Amino acid sequence: MPSVSMTVNGKAVTGEVEGRTLLVEFLRQNLNLTGTHVGCDTSQCGACVVHVNGKSIKACTTLAVQAEGAEIITIEGMATNGDLHPIQAAFKEHHGLQCGFCTPGMVMSAADLLQRNSNPSEPEVREWLEGNICRCTGYQNIVKAIQAAAQAMRG
Amino acid sequence: MYDFNYHRPKSIDEALSALSSASDGKLMGGGQTLLPTLKQRLASPSDVVDLSAISELSGITEQGGAIVIGAGTCHAEVAGNASVQSKIPALAALAEGIGDPQVRNRGTIGGSIANNDPAADYPAALVGLGATVKTNMREVAADDFFTGMFETALADDEIVTAVSFPVPEKAGYAKFPNPASRYAIVGVMASKGPAGVRVAVTGAGQGGVFRVSAMETALAGHFSAEALTGVSVPADDLNADLHASAEYRAHLVGVMAKRAVDAAG
Repeated sequence: MPSVSMTVNGKAVTGEVEGRTLLVEFLRQNLNLTGTHVGCDTSQCGACVVHVNGKSIKACTTLAVQAEGAEIITIEGMATNGDLHPIQAAFKEHHGLQCGFCTPGMVMSAADLLQRNSNPSEPEVREWLEGNICRCTGYQNIVKAIQAAAQAMRG
Repeated sequence: MYDFNYHRPKSIDEALSALSSASDGKLMGGGQTLLPTLKQRLASPSDVVDLSAISELSGITEQGGAIVIGAGTCHAEVAGNASVQSKIPALAALAEGIGDPQVRNRGTIGGSIANNDPAADYPAALVGLGATVKTNMREVAADDFFTGMFETALADDEIVTAVSFPVPEKAGYAKFPNPASRYAIVGVMASKGPAGVRVAVTGAGQGGVFRVSAMETALAGHFSAEALTGVSVPADDLNADLHASAEYRAHLVGVMAKRAVDAAG
């Protein structure tokens, strides 16, 4: 059984996995980091989005062994010392969630957008969220939250 | 997903050796098609050979009058690359329209063309721009590379290493995407350049990407959308599914071809 090592939210981790073990399974089952969700398991809904070496990817369509040596950030790595990340705070403030199932993926996807584009227009935010599906909000407040977070992060 | 032996070679030679010692080995680029396929148990290879750690397969360079893209280069890199954006903006735009941002961060050009999904974007880019596929064995013209639905000219032990795109004078891509998957219901790349005047269609053909010679002839006279007025493709050999009938796809080929030529400027 292959052994895999990576850095998750700043902490070095190692685990035994099968070749077929998905990154999202490794995060949730081996590391108990259950904030990363599995929605569709077909790389469409984006509930499983995490960052691998600074880029957002779908952890349900990545093998754990492919992340060997990588730096992973999950939703659990976003808050600092108990303070919500500005994107998380904006989702709370602007009611960017209802049931919350898609939210971890939305936040991680938005974080990748804002590191590329610090002031995205509404169409740019909507286009970027192509790979994140929400069945509650109608997206309106998610878009509002991401633009508010962008403004807060620009200072 | 059934289990498999996983290999992550650092060189093409190592990859070939892992492939040849496997009873039923499969090469993996970014895994954005292969992993969903394995999950559905539509394939169950004994070994998966991950090409992502082979550094010589990634990167984008300008070589003479061509842009050469390593097979392991992901769609987001192609979309965001300054050389591609300035020399072949239609190719950057095409890459930017594949899937979603997360898929574009992992899916690779080599993986896409080796898979040759009949609704994928890259086959239209390669054929529509007259590209050349480089492998560990040879160079193959795009026209000869795509041989049918999910079929290519690749041998079992052949690995795509790069794709060379001659820089066109003009090129445009227009796609009518499936709103859910973003795969092309119809996508058309039209170009004029060192590879001649080309019109390549993806998403519509039962056998995958194809060229439309009647449109190429019309555009060779005058490269404008008006030149395509009245030129149509027959619906006979086009795909029909719940998304679009063959007749509707034939209509879309005409509309997308005009939009592609308009986009080429």
